[in-house]
This record gives sequence, C-alpha cells and structure tokens, in this order.
Amino acid sequence: MSFFFALLFILASIVFVVGLALKINQYAKTPAPLRIATTPAPITKTGVVMRLFREVVFFESLFKGTKWTWIFSWIFHMALLLVLVRHLRYFIEPDWVPTMVWALIELVQPFGKYAGFAMVIGLVGLFFRRIFVDRVRYISAPSDYLWLLVLGFIGISGLMMSFVMHTDIVAIKEFFTFSGGQLPVDFPLIVHLSLVALLMLLFPFSKLLHVPGVFFSPTRNMVDNPREQRHVAPWAKALEEEQK
Amino acid sequence: MAKAEFDVPELQEYVDVPELQEDTMAHVKSFVVTKPEHNTDLGFPGELVEDWHDKALEKLDDLRGRYRSLQVFLDACVKCGSCTDKCHYFLGTKDPKNMPVGRQDLLRKVYRRYFTFAGKYFPKLVGAKDLTRETLDEWYNYYHQCSQCRRCSVFCPYGIDTAEISMAAREILDSIGYGQKYCNEIIGKVHKIGNNLGLPGPALEDTLEGLEEDMEDDFGVPVKFPLNVKGADILLVTPSADFFAEPHIDGLIGYGKVFHEAGASWTLSSTASEAGNFGMFIGSYENMRRVSMRIREAAQELGVKRIIFGECGHAWRVAYAFLNTLAGPFDFLDQKYPAPQHILEYTWEQIQAGKLNIDKSANDDMTLTFHDSCNVARATRIGDYPGSQFETPRNVIKAVCNNYVDMHHDSIGERTFCCGGGGGLLTDDLMEIRVKGALPRMTELQNVIKDKGVTHMAAICAICKSQFTKVLPYYGMDMDQIVSLHQLVSNAIVLTGQVTDDDEAESDAESEAEE
Repeated sequence: MSFFFALLFILASIVFVVGLALKINQYAKTPAPLRIATTPAPITKTGVVMRLFREVVFFESLFKGTKWTWIFSWIFHMALLLVLVRHLRYFIEPDWVPTMVWALIELVQPFGKYAGFAMVIGLVGLFFRRIFVDRVRYISAPSDYLWLLVLGFIGISGLMMSFVMHTDIVAIKEFFTFSGGQLPVDFPLIVHLSLVALLMLLFPFSKLLHVPGVFFSPTRNMVDNPREQRHVAPWAKALEEEQK
Repeated sequence: MAKAEFDVPELQEYVDVPELQEDTMAHVKSFVVTKPEHNTDLGFPGELVEDWHDKALEKLDDLRGRYRSLQVFLDACVKCGSCTDKCHYFLGTKDPKNMPVGRQDLLRKVYRRYFTFAGKYFPKLVGAKDLTRETLDEWYNYYHQCSQCRRCSVFCPYGIDTAEISMAAREILDSIGYGQKYCNEIIGKVHKIGNNLGLPGPALEDTLEGLEEDMEDDFGVPVKFPLNVKGADILLVTPSADFFAEPHIDGLIGYGKVFHEAGASWTLSSTASEAGNFGMFIGSYENMRRVSMRIREAAQELGVKRIIFGECGHAWRVAYAFLNTLAGPFDFLDQKYPAPQHILEYTWEQIQAGKLNIDKSANDDMTLTFHDSCNVARATRIGDYPGSQFETPRNVIKAVCNNYVDMHHDSIGERTFCCGGGGGLLTDDLMEIRVKGALPRMTELQNVIKDKGVTHMAAICAICKSQFTKVLPYYGMDMDQIVSLHQLVSNAIVLTGQVTDDDEAESDAESEAEE
C-alpha cells in the first residue's frame, strides 16, 4: 500500500505543480489590453499590493457582498491555512529549515490542531448555504457540492486521527520524508490521503483556480493610471500598425 | 402614468431580494440587425454565418487569448453567490439568468465544455453545456440585458466583472453576424457622420447658432458655442444628445456659461461631435479605437491644447480609462492637464479659483439628490485622487445649490445602481427590462422624495438622463425631475454684464412705450 500511495503522491504532486504552473503561465502571458480596475482603485503599486492583501487576507469584497458567506468562508480559509502550516512538520525535519521557521511551525501546532474543527464548521456552513439559498442552489453544479464534501471529509478524517484513533505519525513522517517508513493501514488515514491526492490532481482543472486567479484579476491588480500611462497590448500594437 | 404592456413593479420602502422565477425575461429580445450594412460597416458579417457554431467557438478561444480578464474570470468563479443579489436587472425581474453569475454561466458553461478538461470529459459534473442554437439565442437575449455597470464586480471576491463577459459575448455574436441593431447602427453613424444621432455638420451649426441667439436674448450676453474653431485652446467633446434633448441641452448651456465666464477659448468639432463610444458596449477594441481616433484627429486638426469631455457615463469611462491607450499618446496637448479631462474637473477648478459669479439661491426652488452614474463611479476618477468621481460632482452641486441630500448609502458611490438603460439598452424595444431594471434606483429616489423633500435628481450621463426621462413616469414620478448637473451650474451663474430681471422689466416697459 505504501508503494501505491508513494506513486499516487508523486503523480499528484507533478500534476499539481505542473498544472498550476501552466495555468499561472497562461494568466501571466495573456495580455490585459485596457485598464479595467474597479474604482475607486489605488493609483500606486503600493496601493495595489495593499488592495490585494486586504482581498486575500480579509476577503474585503466578499465582506461587502454577503456577511454569512464571508464568515463561513473566512473561517474555513484561515483555519485551512493554520492546518496546512501545522502539517509542515510531517514533511520537514527541524534541521532542514532556519530555526525561525521551525519555531513558527511549533507555535502553530496547538492552534492548527483545533483549527481543524473551525475548518469543518466553515465548510458545513457553506454547504447549507448552497442547499438552502435558492440563488446559490441555482448556480451550483454537482462539482460545487462535491468540493465541499471532499474538503469536509479531509477535515473529518484528519480530526479522527488527532482526537479519536491515533495513527502512527512517526511512520507517516518517515514515509513522507523519504526515510523508508511504511504507511500504517488505518482507515481514516487512507481516506485522508486519498482525498488530498484527489484534490491535488484536480486542482489545476477546477474552480480551485480561484487561488491563483485572485492575484491575476485585472479589476483588482491594476494601478488606476490610464491618463498618465498608455497600456498598449502587443496585439493592439499590431492593430494600430495595420490601421495606420 | 405611461402605458405599459408589462407589469411595472410597485415601489416599496426596500427592494427585497426576490425568490427566483425562471425565464421571466426570456422573451425580451432587442432587435437584431436586419440590414446587413449595419454589421458590415463595423467589419462584421452581414448576417448569421452558416458555420456559426465553429466560428463562435473560435472567437471565444481567440478572445480568451487576448483578454486576461476573460480567461481569469471564466476560471475563477467559485459560485459563492456574493453577486447574486446585486444586479438591478435581477432585483427588478427575478430571472436567475439576470444574476451576474447566472449571466456569466451562459458563456462559462460553453467555455467549460469545449476548453477545459473537466468539461470535455465530465460535462454534467461541472455544469458544462454544448453550444446549441438555443444557447446562442440565450446569449443574445441575456447579454443584451446587462448594462455593463460593474456593480457585481465590487462584491466579487475575485473582482469578476460581468461587463467583461458581456462584452466578450457580444463580440462573439457580432463576429458571427448576430449583431444588435441599436448599437451597431449607431456605431455605423459615428464612423460615417461623427455622432450617435447622425447629426450632420450643418445641422449642428444651426443648433448652436440658435442656442447663441437664445442666450443673447435671455441674458444680453454673447455666450458663444463655437464650432470647428482652429487654434482654440479647448476641444469639448460631448454626447450628441446635449445638442437637442431635454434636460441634456441645459447642461450644454451650463458648459457654455462656464467657459464664457472663465474666458476660455474653446470649440466643438463637427467630426468629433460625440463623446459616447458604443464600441465598448459591443466589446470591439477595433471599433472603439476607430471611434476614439476621430477625437484625436479633430484635436490635431484644430490644434487644441486640451480635450474636455461633457457629461456622459460610459463615454467618460472610455475617455478616462481607454482613450490614452486607444488613441494616444496625446503629447501634442498641453501636458499641464490630464488628457482628457472631465467638464466637472474644469468647472470645479473655476469655482475654486473664484472665476464664477454664483447665486446659489437661483436653485432654491429645488432640493437635489445626485445619481452616481455607474461607469463614472466604478471605472473612472473625476479628479486626481481615488473617490474624486463621487466628491467632485457633489462639491460642484453644493457650490451652486443650497439644498442637497444623498440617497441611501447602499445606492450611491461605488454601490450605485445603474439607471437601467446603460450598456446599449437605451432602446424602445427593451422598454420592459429598462423599466424593471430601474426599480432599485426608483425606490431610493422615492425614499428621499418622501423623507427628505427631494424634488430633483441630478445626473452626469446622457444615458441616465434619457433613461430617467422615459422611466420616471412609469413609477408615478415626473419626467422633468431629472436634471443635468451643469443645468444647476447654469442656473446659478450670474453672467458678467447679464441683464437682470429688473433690467428686463424696465427695457420691456421701454420697448412697450416705444410701440
């Protein structure tokens, strides 16, 4: 089984990294021929960095839009961040990273452990909203529900291992740090790892692309300076030459 | 009350978020181009091409490679629902395809089907759909029920702007010969004649001369409306509705008075006699550029130093955000001023410099509120700092009026509602969606009328003015409750050497005596 999971995770990691890199490359290379920042918009680069920071860390626009969705999704995402940082210790040996980084990972441990509950609560909230708000139900495809379920079961299976039936974490770490460990055959672990691999495999082909997308959104990342600077895309330049 | 062939929503204190009613607006379809030249003048096929299916997909593929916005917006939506109750057309019609995400999904489901792994192999799972004739017609109907007002983009966590999707969809439709008559006919007129209304140079000259005579008669002051004056400092580009429609023309008179009092040397141009640029509505960079180039050429030919735009919403978006990119560089203009400028930037400057003699009491018969035009609010500035697009108009109104109140804060500023007629919808064949889409604005207007004694609403957009003139009566209000902002300025300006009412009475008496 360890062999199977080793293969699966190698494959999932490759798909995840390469797929995401290709998408990011596509976004970066596609021209943005006109200034379309949603105004009022920052008129300096620093301002844009601050705007994106507020968007990514506080979900500013969503907060303006709907408080219920904001609270559930913010809880989910922040909890997920804590959980992810906590998980670093399963993949990293202390002497691989600077002391500060390891100190941070250690600091997060107790928070990350309980953040798992917050994550699941956030997901449950989002799931109910998808079912009960008629407008959101109308726009939901089966995949929209399934993502919530996948993430939910990743969270629940993880919590199981933390609080109900412990697994051999030392062996898992040896497995993931290529130290020759064998994965324990525990049901929650198998569910947990399978769903995480699935998520990584599908990430570049799904709506999870909102993660890189938010950084490339022209209405959010553009400096509002169209009168000061021209912004002619290469294809628009070619058109200009043609029309001359 | 105007007669309606549909139910006009009743105004309540609030606009409740409605329960969905599918396809209430499926029947609303603006006229399709029937004369092929309305398409071909713009560089599109004259009628729906036979291989529209493949051509439409080709165009979609082409556009997502040209516009990062389109590619990112098609991918990034997570269906969070934040935008679902933000569109005035949804609030007024209950049709889920008028929810911003519902509208986007009409295109997104096709994008997924043909251009994504998940949609190609698991279409049902991700809601991907084949491109069929029904889909094509739905695109036509619903992408012409979007005023590209960008309200949805304010509330989207990824800044997805349905306007960008609508523009792309309309460009796809045009590229296969399925164009909208209203927009395309108008753009053709601009290419051929120079303005949306197709007013030829001589007609324009007549109108302006008549206006000068009226001014002289009314005030005894020769306020000029110069046309094609070479060597003038300022080229004024204003929506052509300003030349004849009410209340637009009162705004034009206002600009003229401001220029007169400031002692400015200015001119209009008969070849660039239109601020509006419908090229944006149909998402066509090429047409938008062609229309913009007329302004550059006029400015060069007349040898002006500054370009100033009159009151118009989408026009100001193209002018402010795109003109420099489309038709720049404007290095032949005076670099002390941004190119182009908004008339309100100019007027506010004159007010601050004390150049205008203002009698605020001239507007005392009115209590004003201000409608932030959607494209001005969410795509531009009117001044040198973010948010100046909200403050400058209010500063000017407050400088010329004693009575001013704002509408509810959720319906002004960046959250302002579209008038209901923007984005290429200002046509009689779309009356139903225009009236229903005006519901949120009408609701908030009625609230300040009842609670704060508001009598008039000022606007700075030709479309808003025309739309409200038409729609106010449907909601039991009066069509002249909508005024141009510069109409207020005009009322308050006391021209140097102006004949006052008393003088007038005297001279009337004299002339009567003479008779």
